[in-house]
Amino acid sequence: MSVRAIDSPSSSALSGRLGLERTLTLVARLREVGIVMVLLAVVAIVTIQAPLFFSVSNFEQILLNVSLIAIVAVGQTTVVLTRNVDLSVGSVVGLVAFATGDLLKEHSLGVAGAIAVGCLLGVGLGAFNGLLVAVAKVPAIVATLGTLYVYRGLDFLIAGGKQVSAIDLPRDYLGIASSTVLGVPTLIIAAALIALAAAYLLRNSGAGRQLYAIGSNPAAAEVVGIPTQRLIFGAFVVCGLCAGIAGVLWGSRFGSVNALAASGLELQVIAAVVVGGVNIFGGSGTVVGAVLGAVLLATIENALRILHLSEFWLLAIDGAIILLAVGTDAAIRGYFQRILVRTGRR
Amino acid sequence: MRWRRSSQFAMAGMAILAVVACGGSSGGGGASPATLNIAFLPKAVNNPYFDVAASGGQEAASALNGQFKQVGPSEATGAAQIPFIQTLTQQNVSAIVVSADDPDAIAPALKQAMAKGIKVVGYDSSPAKDARNVFINQADSKGIGVVQVQMVCDEIPGCAGEIAVLSATSTATNQNAWIQAMKDELASNSKYSGLKLVKVAYGNDDPQISTTEAQALLTSYPNLKGIISPTTVGISAAAQVLEQTGKAGKVQLTGLGTPNLMRKYVKDGTCKEFALWNVKDLGYLAYYTAALLVQGKIKGNPGEKFTAGRLGDYTIDPNGVVLLGPPFVFKADNIDQLNF
Repeated sequence: MSVRAIDSPSSSALSGRLGLERTLTLVARLREVGIVMVLLAVVAIVTIQAPLFFSVSNFEQILLNVSLIAIVAVGQTTVVLTRNVDLSVGSVVGLVAFATGDLLKEHSLGVAGAIAVGCLLGVGLGAFNGLLVAVAKVPAIVATLGTLYVYRGLDFLIAGGKQVSAIDLPRDYLGIASSTVLGVPTLIIAAALIALAAAYLLRNSGAGRQLYAIGSNPAAAEVVGIPTQRLIFGAFVVCGLCAGIAGVLWGSRFGSVNALAASGLELQVIAAVVVGGVNIFGGSGTVVGAVLGAVLLATIENALRILHLSEFWLLAIDGAIILLAVGTDAAIRGYFQRILVRTGRR
Repeated sequence: MRWRRSSQFAMAGMAILAVVACGGSSGGGGASPATLNIAFLPKAVNNPYFDVAASGGQEAASALNGQFKQVGPSEATGAAQIPFIQTLTQQNVSAIVVSADDPDAIAPALKQAMAKGIKVVGYDSSPAKDARNVFINQADSKGIGVVQVQMVCDEIPGCAGEIAVLSATSTATNQNAWIQAMKDELASNSKYSGLKLVKVAYGNDDPQISTTEAQALLTSYPNLKGIISPTTVGISAAAQVLEQTGKAGKVQLTGLGTPNLMRKYVKDGTCKEFALWNVKDLGYLAYYTAALLVQGKIKGNPGEKFTAGRLGDYTIDPNGVVLLGPPFVFKADNIDQLNF
């Protein structure tokens, strides 16, 4: 890969820039390959240690655990690409999960109606984040830290001490999480479809490419006429929608919802995004990478449990993987940037 | 400072007025010597378990003509409880009924309250021993451990095979004491010689983690016959996993849970029986004991006996602990009688 970058015949600054872009895309793709390789290595090692790990039903369980996180990670990626972050996703999932559960309990709207309202609520909460960041120009980390508490507070307010139990939920709704299509659990299919759709749009649509441009260089994006404000707002709405979808599925997956549902989920999601190679400073990374990051973290979690290692190791290993992923990124980027600067000067 | 002292005088004055007014209104019908202004401070508000306990407290309050209120943090940490204790102390409530998030962290604040003459009663989770007058224990560890082993033995055909425990956090005092009691019972009672405890897993009282742990138990112990989950989040997550993986009925599930959370799984047979103490009675007994302390009818000394309304007679044990009673077993035929 490095050979191609060095051999690029260009000497002008422009083609140097293009080379950099191409190289970074290459690095991102290598990054996905890298995650898959680490994943395969983990699977191989754990299977040797504990053959029970290697079974269709276990992999199915891992993917089921990933599915909701992956859906939220898709939204988060969209926001992170624009050099922003949404810390409120855990609270959005929790609030939507409770609101949907409560609607289903009252039987006033039916399953489809409650799901639609839940998704709309997610969009609304995401739009509020978007207004704060894109219009009021509050830094995203502060704005969404605020709404993290506000949304969770609303959740406490409507939930009070109540909870929605499995007995309150319609059978059709509970059935979503255990149903399958052609033998594959519906949740996994839903997550895969959402991720693929987002990956396609980010890669091929104009707005998708502009999100990358905003993250790479916000000032330049503004100068060349990209509607920065509108796109950042849109990214937060997409993120809210994804969190809303995960929220409406939450009760089906876990059978009960209380006011604390999905608290702390935001950190799992951001970990997946970062491990998946999405640059936390925006501009590069892919949805597929983020989903692979989520799968890797969930596989390691499952593996540690099956190997009977203590939970303390789990936290330490999660942390080490994040540092390793980010460290590798920084090192590779630095290396290529030095090379390109040198070739550019020549 | 001067303001605070004068406000204290004012409050004392109001308290006297209140006592006088109270004595006047009840017209010699056994007027209490002090007003009952008792506050419940649970581990966290927004928790159905503590709301049920509060309903028992309210019942006792109306029976005794006292006041009841519940305040508390939204997050179950000792640090979050301290400001609430300080506020209640400033408000000069007559007693604080508290479930400690951290027994030692909240002890200094509780001692300050006690120094001002406020009675402190622990319920559900005890504060440090010297920072409370009495602790109402919902169930003794042995009783809770024994009943869970008994239930899993009843449900597993032949009472033989591998069992696992799905607990809360690895540091949870209550759960660890119960698990130890289970282990002692399994080792000492020959009736359970066929049962083998293969793993204690920790779901951290988080639905996601409990779900992952339950799945891992099923995967890594294919011959597993039973799961005991001594925590409400764990047992309902395990029930959901058993249903979604089609293992319901093949792997027996029991433990501690609340009726509302477990109703569906008891009705469809995923979990045939589980136990819990009567949470409402816990709140009732805690309020009643606090009221007797405030009224000076008991001092909180070991060996003292008292009658707590509809619940009957209790004795304070040498550690200053009052035991609520044996755990209650929920099954398909009685679960609909309880709603919490």
